[in-house]
Amino acid sequence: MSRFWISRAWIILGGFIFGVLATLLTMWGNPPNMGICVACFYRDIAGGLGLHRAGVVQYLRPEIMGFVFGALISAYAFKEFRPRGGSSPIIRFLLGAFFMIGALVFLGCPIRALVRLAGGDLNGITALLGVIFGAFIGIRFLKGGYNLGRSGKVSTVSAWMVPLFMLTLLLLVIFKPHFLFFSQKGPGAMHALLWISLAAGLFVGFIAQRTRMCFVGGWRDIMLVKDFYLFSGIAAFFFGALICNYALGNFSSGLYHWGFDNQPVAHADHLWNFLGMTLAGLSATLLGGCPLRQTILAGEGDTDAGITILGLIAGAAFSHNFLLASSPKGVGEFGPLTVIIGLVFSLAIGFSMMERAR
Amino acid sequence: MIEVDVRGFSCPIPVVKTKKAIDENPDEPITVLVETVVSKENVGRLASSRGYTVQEEKVAGDEYRLFLTPREK
Repeated sequence: MSRFWISRAWIILGGFIFGVLATLLTMWGNPPNMGICVACFYRDIAGGLGLHRAGVVQYLRPEIMGFVFGALISAYAFKEFRPRGGSSPIIRFLLGAFFMIGALVFLGCPIRALVRLAGGDLNGITALLGVIFGAFIGIRFLKGGYNLGRSGKVSTVSAWMVPLFMLTLLLLVIFKPHFLFFSQKGPGAMHALLWISLAAGLFVGFIAQRTRMCFVGGWRDIMLVKDFYLFSGIAAFFFGALICNYALGNFSSGLYHWGFDNQPVAHADHLWNFLGMTLAGLSATLLGGCPLRQTILAGEGDTDAGITILGLIAGAAFSHNFLLASSPKGVGEFGPLTVIIGLVFSLAIGFSMMERAR
Repeated sequence: MIEVDVRGFSCPIPVVKTKKAIDENPDEPITVLVETVVSKENVGRLASSRGYTVQEEKVAGDEYRLFLTPREK
């Protein structure tokens, strides 16, 4: 029992520091209410590589690289690096892509929903309700015997592909060759110093690997097994970000305000905020974890999570190339239709991958 | 003896399968074969919260067999 409490103390402490860091990163240069947004940061990476040409959201975010390196170091240090894969990779790729499409309709992942709420943006509540509803649907499938099949051992070389990809991205953002795309204005142009972003990512990657932190799993486990372990990390993250915003005077200075309208890098279309994040919550539940968790798992040698990350990047490219992503002006032209397609796809995967159906 | 083999399944499938075995066989000892530390932690946490004592035995490499025994009521 004592071990249990120690681990719970760690996830609360880790979540709290993560929340504080997310707010501090905003102060150090990241976009307002976007201190850390895993979906947004993959979207920026897709843009930096020129996979989409939305000029305001292009940057190779070192936080993401830090997450992978932090998890890699932690996994090796604690002998948890396990090369594995082969559990329906192509389905994971597509679920990852649809996760991103849903998240970019809201303009944030389940982490940014908390960051936005902690910065007064009440649209975060709509988004969290969507995540919870999506997880609720996903649990129906889990209880019905849904799974994506067993993974097996793969070569260490395969398991190192994601860390090496991240190392390549790090070298690219350090040397900034001219063929890359870096935003001159908009959220993509707003970022903390490279080494600060990388260090924050490393730290978060390390604690997230240790504590198994997951921003969809926390909601799922409450409904699935009445387990509040992962949720305690979510709650601690939120309070860390909220307290830090007040401590920095972000509300009294007028940077942030409580409400739905005129929030930074956000829109207030409640229906599609809710349904976009329902898609995100459902697809993440079918995948077994949020994009942060997938990133951490990819650092531990899980190549299925690595494929999921590539799906996130592909989804971001589709989102901005085909007018699916929202902007502060509102939802994109084809965003709602694609969210519906994504929900239908996820439900079809849920039904067809139940053990009874197979 | 009921044995649940969750090797190769990622979170949360090991927990779901163990929960199903517990629900279907109340008051019976269950063994669970896991192959990641995360699964071991998660299954152990579920079993403890459901009133089982948990003992573990290392099988090979990263594989563990967890013995879940219902506590006396």
